[in-house]
Amino acid sequence: MRGARVIRRPLVAIPLSVLLLIVSGAAVASFPRSVLAFLLFQGAILFIYLAAMPGYLRAALLAVALLVMMPIIGAYNVYYLEIATQVGIFAALALGLNIVVGLAGLLDLGYVAFFAVGAYSWAIFGSPHANQIFGGGFPLAPGWFYLFIFVGLAVAALAGVLLGLPVLRLHGDYLAIVTLGFGEVIRVLANNLDKPINFTNGPKGITPINRPPVPFGLPYAEYSYFLVLLIVLVVIVVNRRLEDSHIGRAWEAIREDQVAAQAMGVPLVRAKLLAFACGASFAGVMGVVFAAKQVFINPESFTFLESIGVLAMVILGGMGSIPGAVLGATIVTVLNLQVLKGLSLWLNELKNAGVVILGYPLADLPTQLEPAKYERMIFGVILVVMMIFRPQGFLPARRRQREIEVTAEEHKTVTV
Amino acid sequence: MTRTLRIVSILLLAAAVAVVTVPMAGDAHGKGTIKVATQSPLSGGQAALGEGIKLGAQLAIDKLKGPLEKAGWKVELVPFDDQAKPDVGVANAKNIIADKDIMVVIGHLNSGVAIPSSEVYKEQTLAMISPANTNPTVTDRKLPNVSRVCGRDDVQGVVGSEFAKGQNAKSVYVIHDKTAYGQGIADFFKADAEKKGLKVIGFEGTEEKSNFDPILTPIKAKNPDLIYFGGIYDQGAPFFKQAREKGLKSKFMGPDGMDSSDLTKIAGKAVVGMYYTSAAGPASALPKAKSFVDEFKKKFSKNPEPYAAEAYDATAIALKAVEAAAKSGKVTREDVSAQIRKVKHSGITGDIEFDGKGDRKKALYFVLQVANEDPTKWGDNKIVKQLTIAPPAEKK
Amino acid sequence: MDVELLIGILPQVVIDGLILGFMYALIALGYTMVYGVLEFINFAHSEVFIFGAFVGVEIMLGLKSAGVLERFPWILVLVVVLLAGMLASALLAFTIERVAYRPLRHAPRLIPLISAIGVSFFLQDVIRLTESIWRNAFNLVYPTIESLNVRLEITETIDVSIKSLVVIVAALLMLWALHALVNRTKVGTAIRAVAEDQAAASLMGINVNRIISLTFVIGGAMGGAAGVLFGVQYGLINPYTGFIPGLKAFTAAVLGGIGNIPGAMLGGLVLGLLEAFAASYLSLLTGGAFGAEYKDIFAFSILILILIFRPKGLLGEVVRERA
Repeated sequence: MRGARVIRRPLVAIPLSVLLLIVSGAAVASFPRSVLAFLLFQGAILFIYLAAMPGYLRAALLAVALLVMMPIIGAYNVYYLEIATQVGIFAALALGLNIVVGLAGLLDLGYVAFFAVGAYSWAIFGSPHANQIFGGGFPLAPGWFYLFIFVGLAVAALAGVLLGLPVLRLHGDYLAIVTLGFGEVIRVLANNLDKPINFTNGPKGITPINRPPVPFGLPYAEYSYFLVLLIVLVVIVVNRRLEDSHIGRAWEAIREDQVAAQAMGVPLVRAKLLAFACGASFAGVMGVVFAAKQVFINPESFTFLESIGVLAMVILGGMGSIPGAVLGATIVTVLNLQVLKGLSLWLNELKNAGVVILGYPLADLPTQLEPAKYERMIFGVILVVMMIFRPQGFLPARRRQREIEVTAEEHKTVTV
Repeated sequence: MTRTLRIVSILLLAAAVAVVTVPMAGDAHGKGTIKVATQSPLSGGQAALGEGIKLGAQLAIDKLKGPLEKAGWKVELVPFDDQAKPDVGVANAKNIIADKDIMVVIGHLNSGVAIPSSEVYKEQTLAMISPANTNPTVTDRKLPNVSRVCGRDDVQGVVGSEFAKGQNAKSVYVIHDKTAYGQGIADFFKADAEKKGLKVIGFEGTEEKSNFDPILTPIKAKNPDLIYFGGIYDQGAPFFKQAREKGLKSKFMGPDGMDSSDLTKIAGKAVVGMYYTSAAGPASALPKAKSFVDEFKKKFSKNPEPYAAEAYDATAIALKAVEAAAKSGKVTREDVSAQIRKVKHSGITGDIEFDGKGDRKKALYFVLQVANEDPTKWGDNKIVKQLTIAPPAEKK
Repeated sequence: MDVELLIGILPQVVIDGLILGFMYALIALGYTMVYGVLEFINFAHSEVFIFGAFVGVEIMLGLKSAGVLERFPWILVLVVVLLAGMLASALLAFTIERVAYRPLRHAPRLIPLISAIGVSFFLQDVIRLTESIWRNAFNLVYPTIESLNVRLEITETIDVSIKSLVVIVAALLMLWALHALVNRTKVGTAIRAVAEDQAAASLMGINVNRIISLTFVIGGAMGGAAGVLFGVQYGLINPYTGFIPGLKAFTAAVLGGIGNIPGAMLGGLVLGLLEAFAASYLSLLTGGAFGAEYKDIFAFSILILILIFRPKGLLGEVVRERA
C-alpha cells in the first residue's frame, strides 16, 4: 500500500510517467518486434491515466503518447498500429454497448448487428456492387465516405429503434434472447440476401470497397488510426455528456428500478428507445470505418461471438464506466491479437531453435499440442479468473463499486 | 483506485525487466532465416481444415527444405491462427509483414479472411499462395503477389455439371452450405446445369450441421436423379448418410471438399458409389498422391484433410521460388512473388503453372467415385472421368 | 404449387419436428433449472451437453473395439451409455458450479454470465485437446447399431426409425421423472423454495448451496442424456457441435418462460416444430425464392412475435413487476 501512496503523489508520479514513456518508446524503437516492449508502452499510458497529476498535464502526456509516439511506433512496426486501430474500433463498440447494458441495464446480445448495418451501408454504395441493384453510377467517389459516416450513424440508430419498439415490454433475459435473435437475423439476412435481389452478395461478400481520400499524403494505416482515434474521442465526449444529462439519469433510474423510475415521471418508452438508438449509432459509425479499412466485408465478421466479445469488454472494464469500457476493449483486443499470439509465436521460436526443457526437446512436441491452437482456451481461463477476482471490473463506475461492496457486506451478515 | 494503480505499477516493472532480460530470438547464423507463414483457423469449428493446411505446409518444409539449408539458409514454419475472422487475419497479416524473415504466406482457408489480408501483404508484395480460396475475386483483383493452387468455383462447378449431364441425370437437386466456397460452386453448377438442359428442381442453402431430416423430406418427395452438395465433407457426409437412411435413391455428387476419407468414416456405405470432383487424383492411380498420403500418415498419424495436398503443393512452389530468388544471395519479397509466377511445378494436384492473375493456367480435374465403405481404402477410389479446363478468359 | 405434395409430407415434417423438439426440451431444462434458482444464463451448458455426447461415443467406440457392441442387446448398450453420459455431464456441471459460479454468487447478474462464457471457451478446447491426443481426431462418429436404424414404414412416404422413437420415449421418460421429482418429492419442494426466495429457504433450514449444486447436477444429467441421444440420432459430433443446439435450447427455454420446467418442454417442442416446418416448407411455398437457409430467421421472428404478446414466454407467470 505504501508504495502506491507514494505513486499517488504528483511529485513522484509526473517524472515517473515521463520516464515510463521515454523508456517504453526507446524499448519499442530498439526491439520493434518485441511484444513486451509494446505492452510496456500500453502500460505507460494506463499509468498516466491512473497516476495523480493535474488534469492538463495528464491530457498533454496522453496526447504526446497517442498523437505523436503511437504513429512513430507504427512506422517501426505497422502491426502495432493495427492493434491500436482495432483497439479504437472495439473501444467505440464497447462504449456504445455500455450505454445500453451499463447505463440503461438492457442486456443486448446482438449488438454486432448494428456494426454490420453500418458496414454494409458503406460497403454497398462505396463499391461497384451497388450497380447490381441500381443499374449504374457506382461506386460513389471516395469523398462520400465522410457523408456515409453520418448515414451509417442514422441507419444504425434507426435499426436500434426498430429493434427497440417490439421489445419495450420485455425484461432481463427475455430481452437478451430477442436481441440475440435480432443479431442472428441480421447476419443470416446478410448471408442470404443475394437472391431474389442481390443486396449483400451473400457469403461471397463485397469488395473492393472505396477508402476515403487521405490528406497530407499519410499512409492509410496512419490515417485510419487517426480517424478511429478522433471518432473514439468524440464518442467519449458524447458519452460523458449523456451520462450527466437528464436522459443519462433517466437510464440509470430505469436500470435501478423501472417501476420507481416510471412513477417518478421518467418516460420509459422514449428513454429505452434513445438508449438503443445511441448505442447502435456508435456501432454504425465504426461499421463504416471498418468496411473502408478492410476493403472487403462478408457476414463472417458479424457473428454472435463478436457480440459476446464486445459484451465481455464492457463487463471486464466495469459496467457503466466510460474508462472501463475503453480499458476492457483494450485488454480483450490486446490479449487476443498481441499477447496470446505473441506467446504462441515465442513458443514456436523456442521450438524451432531446438530448445530443451527438462530434458525434453520442444521440437518433438506433437502437433496436437501446437501452442497456436489453444489461444482461445487460455482466453477462457483468463475470463473466469478475472471475473472471480475482480467482479466489479477493472475501472468500475464509482457508484457501482460502492453497491457491490454494500451487497457483499449484507450477504456476509446474513450468512454468518 | 489505489490498488489498481499498485497492480499496474508492479506489472509495468515486471514488463520493463522482461524487455531488458528476455533475449531476442532470431540470432543470425549462416545466411539468415527464411520463414514460411501459414494463416488458417487453428481453433473454432473450422479448425480441422485449417490444421490440415498447416500440416501440409509443415510436411513440405520438412521434406523439401534440403537445398536451401545446404545453401546456408535456415528454413522455418510460422503458423498463425486466423480464427476464421477477418479482423484477426488482418492483424496477423500486419504482424507477418513486420517480420522481415517471412517470405511467403500459405493461406487462408476462408476467402472472407484471405481478401482483406492479401491487401495487407500487397503493401510489401509479400507472396500469398492460397491452397483453398476458390472465390473468383481472390485472383480477379490481379494482385501481383496472390496466386492459388486450388481451382476456381466457376471451373469446378462446370466440371460437376458436365459430368452430371453425361450420367443421364435429368433432374438435379442442389444443396450448399451457405459459405463462399460451397455456395460459389453450387451457383456455377446450377447455372451450367441449366444451360446444358438439366432440370434443377431445387436449390437451397443451409448452415445446419447435424439434423437434415426437415430438408430431406421435400427432396424425397420430389425424388431427383442426382443430389449435388456444395460444401465440405463434415456437413456433406451426415447429409448423405441421413438421405440414404431416409430411403432416397438418388445419385450423390459433391466438389473437392468431399475428398476426405472421413467422408466414408462418417457416412459408411451410404456414400459408396458417390461422385466427387477433385484436382488431386486418387492414391491408387497416382504414385505421387500415394506417397503423400503415406508420408502424411506416418508423420501425423492421421489422414490428410481436404486442403492438405494443396497446401503441400503451395509450399513446395514457395520453396522453389525462394530457391530461385536466393541465387542472387539475397532474398527479397518482390523477387519471391515474381519467381512464384515463373515456377513450373509437378505436384500432387497435377502440373501447376500460374497465369498473369495467379490462377492455374490449366487445371486438370478428376471425377472420382467412392469405391469402398472402409475409410482406409479411400485411395482405391476410381477415376471415372478426367477434364482439363482453363480458367475463364478475362472479362474486358 | 403442388398441394398434394405439401399435404403429403406434413406428417413426416411433424415427426421430424417432434424429435428435434424433444432434444431441445432436454437441453433447455438445464438452462431453465439453473435460471430458476440463480437467475443467470449458464452459457457453458452447451458444453455440458456435448461432453455427454463425447463420453457416450467413447464408451460405444470402446465396446466396439472390444468386439462386444454387436453382441449385447441394443437396449442394454443404450441404457449404459445414457447413464454414463448423464453421470459425466452431471459431474461436469457440478464442478463448473463449484469452481466458476459459486464465488460469484453475490456479484451482479452479468458477471457469472461472462464467467460462463469463459468456461465454455475453455471446455471446447479441452475436449478438442483431449480427443486430438487420444484419438487424433476432430470429428467423432457414433458407431451404428443396425437394429436402431431400422425404419418403420407408416405409409409409402412416411416412416420413422427406431432410434427416433427411442429419442422420443427416452425424452418423455426423463421429462416425466423430472416433473415427478420437482413436484412430488421433498427435494423438489426444496428446489422450488430456493428458486422462490433463497434467504427465506435458508431460514427454513434448507441448505441452499446443496440445492443449487443439485439443480446443476440434474440439469447436467438431462444435458448429458440429450448429448447421447443427439449423437445416436445424428451420428456426428465435434467439440464445437454443442454451441448451436445450446443456443437454440436456450431460446426454447425463454420461449416457454424461463425458469419454468413445463415451459422448457413446451418451448423445445414449439421451436423444433417451427424449425422443421420452415426447413421443409419455405422453399416449396415461395417457389424457391426463400429456402431452408431462412429457417432460423423464421424461428426467431415467431419467437419475437410470441414474446410481444406474452412477454414472459408461453407458460411464464403473468407480468409481475419487481417492487
